[in-house]
Amino acid sequence: MSFIKKLVDRDVEVLVGKMLRYGVFTASGIVLAGGIFYLIQMGSALVPNYQHFHSEGKEFTTFSGILKGAATFSSTEVIQLGVMVLLATPILRIVMSLGAFALEKDKLYVGITALVLAVILFSMFGGLKV
Amino acid sequence: MTVLTFTLIMLAAAYVAGLLGSLTGLGGGVVLIPLLTLVFHVDMRYAIGSALLASIANSSGAASAYIKEGITNIRLGMFLEIATTIGAVCGAVIAVFTPTNTIAILLGVVLLFSAAMTLRRKNEQALQQGSRLSHLLKLNNSYPTKDGIVHYELKNVAGGFGMMLVAGVLSGLLGIGSGALKVLAMDSTMRIPFKVSTTTSNFMIGVTAAASAVVYLQRGYIVPDIAFPVVLGVLGGAFTGARLLKVINASTLRYIFCAAIAFIALEMMYNGLHHKF
Repeated sequence: MSFIKKLVDRDVEVLVGKMLRYGVFTASGIVLAGGIFYLIQMGSALVPNYQHFHSEGKEFTTFSGILKGAATFSSTEVIQLGVMVLLATPILRIVMSLGAFALEKDKLYVGITALVLAVILFSMFGGLKV
Repeated sequence: MTVLTFTLIMLAAAYVAGLLGSLTGLGGGVVLIPLLTLVFHVDMRYAIGSALLASIANSSGAASAYIKEGITNIRLGMFLEIATTIGAVCGAVIAVFTPTNTIAILLGVVLLFSAAMTLRRKNEQALQQGSRLSHLLKLNNSYPTKDGIVHYELKNVAGGFGMMLVAGVLSGLLGIGSGALKVLAMDSTMRIPFKVSTTTSNFMIGVTAAASAVVYLQRGYIVPDIAFPVVLGVLGGAFTGARLLKVINASTLRYIFCAAIAFIALEMMYNGLHHKF
């Protein structure tokens, strides 16, 4: 590997690292904002029963449901939006790595990274929720 | 109990889980699930959902620092993530058909194993002659140490890959990062230096956990009331832990915590066997 190529490689790695950190910061910021709203609105209400599992509604479990709720600043959906950003952070990292390997013309690793991305996308849209 | 009290107690508990997880190197989820289920009697499924969030937050937060130092082997992580993500998706599917008591017992076993693993001798030796496959897949690399850059090669790629599949299944099924098994696969099987193994394992945990967390989110395992204190508490605890590790010698602490975690593991197994979940 040439010196210049190695340098580009390092740059991308550092960028990926930064992205991960900003992703976590953004996610926790959104969760905190939603959480404070939630406490102001609901702080004195009784805790829902979490001792037994009950299925949640669309507003917490689907992409469109969470976005719709968050758009109207409903505090619980804002928290879920933060959760979504947190989940998206490592997935975005894979997309960035895919771009980086493509820039390096490393076909083997473009393939490997695409495969990992495909597995994740399958878990998102493969109807595995049962 | 009011929402405010519940949130504050959970915040403190998640903080402790993050702190313990970071000091022992086991990650936040491992401590969080027993805490939520045994102490707060939260349903196992909610505990698993929030533990996955804790794992992702921990992994992504810490990975950036390790990448900066140039220790993480990104190609190796990427390659092994094929195995861990496939495993995680399988784990999330199996979880539907697994009774929560069985999950509790399995979690106890994995906890015991993880605690024992932190006491084991570590591989510090860099292998100089790797296998053919390691060259073909461009997995050999180098990392900085205080004595300069050390080049290392690795072997037994197929064996390591197989163990990563198992680690992925356990991660998806139990909602933990299963970092201990990932490190074992890299350090003992593939003969990778310990420092590279731990940082690369940490790098992989976020993606592995995300693969099953997206399924669990859709199933309603992740609820805002619990996610809110857990994400913030674990992150805060992990942050404090990382700071503490720089100023205190954690090896004695580690032994104490491992004993505590072994105790928690037995408690989980006992309750699981007696169908308390």
